[in-house]
Amino acid sequence: MTVIKTKVGRRSFLKTSAAAGGGMLIGFSWLTSCSTLAEGSEELAIPNEWFEINGYIKIGDTGMVTIYSPNPEIGQNVMTSMPMIVAEELDVPWNHVVVEQGALDEDAFKNPQFAGGSLSIMYGWDPLRMAGAAGKYMLLEAAAKEWGVASSDLVASQGVIKEVNGSRTVGYGEIASKAVGIEVPEKLELKEPKDYTLIGTAQKNVEGSKIVTGKPLFGLDFKRKGMKLAMIEHPPAFGMKVKGFNEAEIKAMAGVSDAFIIDTTVPNPVWADVNAFPSLIAIVGESTWQLMQAKKALKVEWENESPLENSDMHEQRMIRDLARGKVGGSRKDGDVNAAFAKAEKVIERTYTAPFMAHNTLEPMNFFADVKENSAELIGPTQTPKALEDSVAKLLGISAENISVDMTRMGGGFGRRLYVHFGLEAAAISKKAGVPIKMIYTREDDMTQGTYRPAYRSTYKAGLDKDNNLIAFSARGVGLPQGPIFPNRFPAGSVDNYLAESIGSTTNISTGAWRAPRSHFTAGAEQSFLDEVAELAGKDPIDFRLELFDKAINNPVGDKYEYDAERYAGVLRLVKEKADWGTETPGVHRGVAAYFCHNSYVAQVMDVVVQNGEPKVKKVWCAVDCGIVINKEGAANIIQGGVIDGIGHSMYSELKFENGSPVHKNFNTYKLIRHNQAPEAIEVFFVENDISPTGLGEPGLPPATGALASALYKATGKRQYNQPFSAQPEISLG
Amino acid sequence: MASFDLNINGQQKTVDVDPSTPLLWVLRDNLDMVGTKFGCGIAQCGACTVHLNGTAVRSCSLPVSAVTGQAVTTIEGLSEKGDHPVQKAWLQEDVPQCGYCQAGQIMTAAALLDKNANPSDEDIDAAMSGNLCRCGTYVRIKKAIKTAAQL
Repeated sequence: MTVIKTKVGRRSFLKTSAAAGGGMLIGFSWLTSCSTLAEGSEELAIPNEWFEINGYIKIGDTGMVTIYSPNPEIGQNVMTSMPMIVAEELDVPWNHVVVEQGALDEDAFKNPQFAGGSLSIMYGWDPLRMAGAAGKYMLLEAAAKEWGVASSDLVASQGVIKEVNGSRTVGYGEIASKAVGIEVPEKLELKEPKDYTLIGTAQKNVEGSKIVTGKPLFGLDFKRKGMKLAMIEHPPAFGMKVKGFNEAEIKAMAGVSDAFIIDTTVPNPVWADVNAFPSLIAIVGESTWQLMQAKKALKVEWENESPLENSDMHEQRMIRDLARGKVGGSRKDGDVNAAFAKAEKVIERTYTAPFMAHNTLEPMNFFADVKENSAELIGPTQTPKALEDSVAKLLGISAENISVDMTRMGGGFGRRLYVHFGLEAAAISKKAGVPIKMIYTREDDMTQGTYRPAYRSTYKAGLDKDNNLIAFSARGVGLPQGPIFPNRFPAGSVDNYLAESIGSTTNISTGAWRAPRSHFTAGAEQSFLDEVAELAGKDPIDFRLELFDKAINNPVGDKYEYDAERYAGVLRLVKEKADWGTETPGVHRGVAAYFCHNSYVAQVMDVVVQNGEPKVKKVWCAVDCGIVINKEGAANIIQGGVIDGIGHSMYSELKFENGSPVHKNFNTYKLIRHNQAPEAIEVFFVENDISPTGLGEPGLPPATGALASALYKATGKRQYNQPFSAQPEISLG
Repeated sequence: MASFDLNINGQQKTVDVDPSTPLLWVLRDNLDMVGTKFGCGIAQCGACTVHLNGTAVRSCSLPVSAVTGQAVTTIEGLSEKGDHPVQKAWLQEDVPQCGYCQAGQIMTAAALLDKNANPSDEDIDAAMSGNLCRCGTYVRIKKAIKTAAQL
């Protein structure tokens, strides 16, 4: 029996939350049943009356159930998977459920409402199951009271309560009014995974039909009567700030109602406040196009506040600090120097990767309506609570008088963990004295910062005369954060091991990305292990499995970060599914496996040469993320991660000249396109009953390593520097 | 400012805007039709794709003055009930990740299938490569286009 506590924080689930029920996005609310695609699904009438069961659940008198999805939706499809967990424990048919985005109320949801670190499902697993189980308990109690029987004489399943030894039945919709406010005990029984009927099935995206018909779902689509539009102009280079501009000329332009300089510096900034350009120009007006013309007409006086950097400088700085920089995180087992000295073969390789922009396809934007003692914000944010707190600090208003509502997001990738664009909207609304929606152009967005850092790492391995790996070292530097995870693989599997992560400095603002460090480090480490396996004359999968055997049976040093059995498990599964070891003429194979964000992914990638250019043809993925909630969404996000990984390793980079990004739009910043994508990506999940972990990021990192190794097979040249497509050896033409 | 008579999804609309205003912003700002998306503003990402006389075009780079009197179709007008074969196929193959690019992808795909009822992989690549998907749904999109061809 799985028992779960119902009390977390100040309130228990028995309390109905008004906030979670009301306050939905104005103008965004309409019902789409999850059943729109289910064949032969029962159609339920729109209820006349709704009953709040708890912060997650509202049941209508017709049996229709609204489940609020607590976390921001950035395309990771938690809006489908999180409510599925609630519906499983509530035991209601999925085609009776409608899903709505929940408002910001972490106390009601008992769950941190952010989208980052691939943590939504892992953190939500207990609160979501608890919410569903509490709802089911309340409905059973209500029916028991109604019939004068014990709730143990009743059973609830698929939205209907039945007497075990009788003939009476009642639907959730009929009894819901009586369930409101029923006390929930301190502990509740949850279902066993073997009894799941919804978790582990394949369900379509609950917002699919709105997306394909162009409904206004996104922040950029939001509109409020009386609202004006606003655009910004930030400094063109990192290290610059605004001094003044041709205010009178701009204000005189058609469609421009106001223009001014804002400052979004907040006291006691936290990590989400990262922002290279707190001071910038804002223009308020009637239409986007007129504002774009006004931006073009700006004559701005900028001034330097720190030295302007360029890409050559960045490279030199990383070379210097990789050699002599201060080591942050590290791990040392045995004596690598002594082991390298006595090794039969030693190999050392250095890997690099450039800065990268997030490039969410929906540019940064936010709606703000700031009044004297209150503020309303609506838009795309991965961290609504952090935004609320920062707006409170910026405006000097209590957080209780600020509301932040989440729209669907046109991509996140870590970019919208930062809150500056919400603050800018608030500052503009305050100064202009009207509700505004602020919009970035693509150029504003790509040149604003919080980039994935640039990295440089050197790997070294020593083999004895029997080709056993006796020494391994990894030393990496990043601008500014080092990329090495000292306690990850192959830590624990090599007698003499040294891993060192080094930070460096830059005035380019950096931050989270999709598996920012893991993406680079998996690519470097896995390509390196492929080369070491080759030097050892071993199959690359067998070579890794030998190391996992050692980590399992004879681990070296302190505890390491990963589960070697699960790691080896995904490698074995992908080996079987891809039929590893078979050779097809003209097809070149690479393999990689990586553990990050609490999940394990192994990939085999087939590369072919077409018109003199290498192209990924097919990819096999084996994934261990514990229990899979939604097979369809889970496969989709892994496929997306693979394409993202191939694309960014192959094509993307952001270079700098005089402090300014050289690439400002998609004509020069390369992202993977249709004709460069694989023909097929097969995804296989390890089946187990382990509590679920994240999928947003783990699909990406192994793709870089598998691609590099497959490209080596195709071209005879190893890949050490990203983007691979910029390297002279990549083209065979 | 000047007045323009437009034919959007079979309906006559009149707008009073600067002649250089791209169709995208007329749709979004003046006509409240926000299904057509802004991605880059320089016809590099395809998020703003609409049909002009049945051909897929990038509305971010098409001045309103150039479309007067011609038939414009947007995602809102692709089908009355959201049941165009391409829309149905998109749902069947569960294409959306974030969903932001999908209106543009769907419009490009619908125009392709209009001219080529049974496109090959190469035909699909050639028609679709101007439409970026940052989430990486390319494999599902290709499958959905093939599914739509059978509907």
